[in-house]
Amino acid sequence: MPEIKVTPLGAGQDVGRSCILVSIGGKNIMLDCGMHMGYNDDRRFPDFSYITQNGRLTEFLDCVIISHFHLDHCGALPFMSEMVGYDGPIYMTHPTKAICPILLEDFRKITVDKKGETNFFTSQMIKDCMKKVVPLNLHQTVQVDDELEIKAYYAGHVLGAAMVHIKVGSESVVYTGDYNMTPDRHLGAAWIDKCRPDILISESTYATTIRDSKRCRERDFLKKVHESIERGGKVLIPVFALGRAQELCILLETFWERMNLKAPIYFSTGLTEKANHYYKLFITWTNQKIRKTFVQRNMFEFKHIKPFDRSYADNPGPMVVFATPGMLHAGQSLQIFKKWAGNEKNMVIMPGYCVQGTIGHKILNGQRKLEMEGRATLDVKLQVEYMSFSAHADAKGIMQLIRMAEPRNMLLVHGEGAKMVFLKGKIEQEFSIDCYMPANGETATVTTNPSVPVDISLNLLKREMALGGPLPDPKKPRTMHGTLIMKENSLKLVSSEQALKELGLNEHQLRFTCRVQLQDPHSDTDTLHRVYTHLKSVLKGYTIQHLPDGTVMVESIVIKVSSSAEDPNTKVLLLSGVIRTRTWGVFFQPC
Amino acid sequence: MKLYCLSGHPTLPCNVLKFKSTTIMLDCGLDTTSVLNFLPLPLVHSPRLSKLPGWVSKDGTVNLEKELKECAGRVFVDSQPEFCLPERELLDLSTVDVILISNYHCMMALPYITERTGFTGTVYATEPTLQIGRLLMEELVNFMERVPKAQSATCWKNKEIQRMLPGPLKDAVEVWTWKRSYSMQEVNSALSKVQLVGYSQKVELFGAVQVSPLSSGYSLGSSNWIIQSHHEKVSYVSGSSLLTTHPQPMDQSSLKNSDVLILTGLTQMPTANPDGMLGEFCSNLAMTIRAGGNVLVPCYSSGVIYDLLECLYQFIDSANLGTTPFYFISPVANSSLEFSQIFAEWLCHNKQSKVYLPEPPFPHAELIQTNKLKHYPSIHGDFSTDFRQPCVVFTGHPSLRFGDVVHFMELWGKSGLNTIIFTEPDFSYLDALAPYQPLAMKCVYCPIDTRLNFHQVSKLLKEVQPLHVVCPEQYTQPPLTQSHRSDLMLELQPPPMPYRRCSVLNLPFRRRYERVYILPELANSLVPSEIKPGISLATVSAVLHSKDNKHTLQSVPKPPPVAPSKKRKRVIEEPPVVLAPKPLLSGAVPLDAFLSTLQKHGITEVKVEETADGHILHLQAEDTLIQLEEDGTHIVCDNNEPLRTTLRDLVLRFLQKL
Repeated sequence: MPEIKVTPLGAGQDVGRSCILVSIGGKNIMLDCGMHMGYNDDRRFPDFSYITQNGRLTEFLDCVIISHFHLDHCGALPFMSEMVGYDGPIYMTHPTKAICPILLEDFRKITVDKKGETNFFTSQMIKDCMKKVVPLNLHQTVQVDDELEIKAYYAGHVLGAAMVHIKVGSESVVYTGDYNMTPDRHLGAAWIDKCRPDILISESTYATTIRDSKRCRERDFLKKVHESIERGGKVLIPVFALGRAQELCILLETFWERMNLKAPIYFSTGLTEKANHYYKLFITWTNQKIRKTFVQRNMFEFKHIKPFDRSYADNPGPMVVFATPGMLHAGQSLQIFKKWAGNEKNMVIMPGYCVQGTIGHKILNGQRKLEMEGRATLDVKLQVEYMSFSAHADAKGIMQLIRMAEPRNMLLVHGEGAKMVFLKGKIEQEFSIDCYMPANGETATVTTNPSVPVDISLNLLKREMALGGPLPDPKKPRTMHGTLIMKENSLKLVSSEQALKELGLNEHQLRFTCRVQLQDPHSDTDTLHRVYTHLKSVLKGYTIQHLPDGTVMVESIVIKVSSSAEDPNTKVLLLSGVIRTRTWGVFFQPC
Repeated sequence: MKLYCLSGHPTLPCNVLKFKSTTIMLDCGLDTTSVLNFLPLPLVHSPRLSKLPGWVSKDGTVNLEKELKECAGRVFVDSQPEFCLPERELLDLSTVDVILISNYHCMMALPYITERTGFTGTVYATEPTLQIGRLLMEELVNFMERVPKAQSATCWKNKEIQRMLPGPLKDAVEVWTWKRSYSMQEVNSALSKVQLVGYSQKVELFGAVQVSPLSSGYSLGSSNWIIQSHHEKVSYVSGSSLLTTHPQPMDQSSLKNSDVLILTGLTQMPTANPDGMLGEFCSNLAMTIRAGGNVLVPCYSSGVIYDLLECLYQFIDSANLGTTPFYFISPVANSSLEFSQIFAEWLCHNKQSKVYLPEPPFPHAELIQTNKLKHYPSIHGDFSTDFRQPCVVFTGHPSLRFGDVVHFMELWGKSGLNTIIFTEPDFSYLDALAPYQPLAMKCVYCPIDTRLNFHQVSKLLKEVQPLHVVCPEQYTQPPLTQSHRSDLMLELQPPPMPYRRCSVLNLPFRRRYERVYILPELANSLVPSEIKPGISLATVSAVLHSKDNKHTLQSVPKPPPVAPSKKRKRVIEEPPVVLAPKPLLSGAVPLDAFLSTLQKHGITEVKVEETADGHILHLQAEDTLIQLEEDGTHIVCDNNEPLRTTLRDLVLRFLQKL
């Protein structure tokens, strides 16, 4: 039985360093190649030695597919391709290809330049790695080789995020990456057709959450920002440069305009301009409303949002600052946080998920005293708010996707183990399909049962279809008989006659003849007729014909009558026919 | 498999392919050359046009003063311009299942088809094709509705009258089918039926046929189509280009192994080199401006204009044109320029890498930013205040019969300083200029047509090797004006099948196989036996299921056990009647082996007699004859059923059963 094997090297019962290996129909595919934000040591990257102990991965992988540009999905890519060694194709969508190297470079700078780490990938390696990238278009069927094909679907989540359908023969797997089933202010909802994969590998960040409507969350968010501004506080919103940031910017921009607010909004990184430009050029990847109106008014040209300078952090008076990165684990957002943390008038709004080990995760869990590097502690007095704006599907969304794709098996990754268990139970109950949740390094094996494609001769097919009447009737299945010719890799189903012809074989006739003597005073023709009527009455359900040439045919058996030369009353019945499965026995009893 | 040809225009095709159980329309081009027979629609009152004399036949018997006007010896219809539609009588267009669009120029008749024939199917097109197609339709409707003309001339179409008219009106064909422009409402409704597809996306039609668009390299989102089943493949090539302009390069390799290749949309200017034309365009433009004249470029709002602007972007400074204003006037000018920048996926590699930086892929963004290029929806409004001369104006429609271009013709036509440069190849420039004669303005003809020329296409066909080629009849002979140029036609072996408007072609296709899926349970139960080295056979008896044009084979279900309980009498669905398979036998019975087998079964007294074709075995004890031949075995045995059965089984041991 063919099998599909799925092994997460990262993101198995965990969020971070997504990296999932899939073996399907003799092909090996790596899905995502991310880093873990919670670690600064070896555990930051997936353990590629699982694939091979000695060196390069090229001969072990047929392709690598990156779902979107978040670092927990692509952060280990240059390490994998340039330092471990992989020269095969890397697939990602155009926006991901555009934005991914910028984030990687950012990541490298923070790690190497600020933290002073060595033995890390270089700028040149990022460039070399990107040269191996083959861009993917939505819904385009890409033939990786003769057997392996992949197809990308829109996933929402961030600009350019994609789900991928991987197919070898009649076996297939869908990997969702991160996705969002509800459209937001700048992106559309994920969509897939009823592709019935053998396995659907889904993220499950919000496995147990069913979130309230987006509108309520937006209103809450605006209310909190507004209140804080009114009392003269400063609001810090840690974000990643691309993605949620644009959505929240659109939200604040329209709110500021409507309420005629004057407090400044800053965006902290030099990336802003650039980031917004990406959104303008890849506008076809945003939601319908933005796409429709972009000629008149481009939503990514902000009037109220200005670039941030480090010195502004100490300015008096209220302000809103978007700063990167989003989990407060490094960089500018962390610096500003340290500055503002002591004042209870200030507020930090965490708009997304925070990985364990980051400061973001700690303060969200209510920690009020933080140990910083160099043994200093930081008292957190400012308000900490959490707003789930990260665009992951919630439990409802995951179920919705299962209904869309109708997978035969389900496999959960990119979530916390305990929450997965809950969702797994729900999925198995609701859809009666198996649900797997392998941990990192663990392999889930699914046996598939593919049907065998065969070329049937049109003559045979039409002959059989004609038997069923002009319209096929599902209640009356039609039986067909034919010969399957297996030659090299081709399978052809033809009628037996055609099979003989195609193979250059002659038919071998097996004929039987026997004589039966009986006493009958009538003439030959009368005897024949009596035999005919007799057989007719005895052999129900057989085709019996009395032919004008003085023979009777029972199916294909010919019966002739002649008188014995010695005694005219002794008749000789000559029976002759080719072999059929039915025994002749039935036939002689009456004689 | 049949092909119905609804358009005679080789670059604006409209064909319908019947393939398996599907009816597929390939493009629906609108032949707009008919508008050349009409008077231009001026945006502001034109005393010259309104004073043109009406036409009366020489003998005075036919007076069509109101409908027909004479200008410089030619007769024009004074009415809202009309277009020549695809043929609607050849087959019932409401039976069309899907329409495949190859590029935005080839979809202009879509509203006529989808809104006026009872069409209920789906239209497939790429996103740029849809968006830019929408712009071109919007522009067309806008051009027409902006200057409504109450009069609709019909008398001249009367066959008797048309015969007496001077050419080219006299020779116009199918004039009764000519129609005015559609409405915006029809455009919106037609385009709402479009389903977007990406290059190489495989779209299943009713489970019977798979269609897939391929990049054709001609314009943004332009595509060729592959229409295939598991065993047959038709390629539809329409408007393709191998030149490096802005679109993604043409995908040639996917066209390989086609049974039939339908070839349309070759270059209309086989003798004009696009690069040379571009050079001539620039030098004429610069010369006119330097001499203080204006340049008018009649063009479509999308397509070659992007390349012209890019060329000018590099040329402006070196030619000292930095201060000359460039105007692009069209109701969709802004949209067209904006849309061109957001289709990174559909652009050539160079432009794609610009987007990664991120920079706009086309340099006209910079021309707009630096105020060198300005765009206006029409000559009214802002344009009239900003207008400075000498200048360069890009505007439509290239037929010079409607749109803002009419105004500039009236404005600049009288001065020899000005130049009109034709770049679009769709209209003969002499015909386009006819209603403006006499003209003082200079005319330059630099048609830029990037589509495949005959040299390129024969190379392509050699490469992809289709079994049969179907093409418009125009491609099978040299152009009328250059009848000695045998290089300007398709010469193929076997010769291409030509079509013209209203042709119905039987495509040379023998469908012999169909795909069927054997379910795993049945597959496991099959017993293959090797007949020749590398070739195995297995007999299959199975139940055939056909659903949505997909066939599967299942094991024959075992008859259900007789219902044990008598209380509930339910009608049990009858199992399918299994007709006994008729095994065919093959092979020969080897004499010696057969004899020894007989011996093992206690038949020892066998007399063997050699005959011409084999042997006769006389089983003396049993008084039975067995005739062994190459292709047959004959057993003559009287009334001894057990013996007969034994013999049968022994013979069968040596034979292959199919």
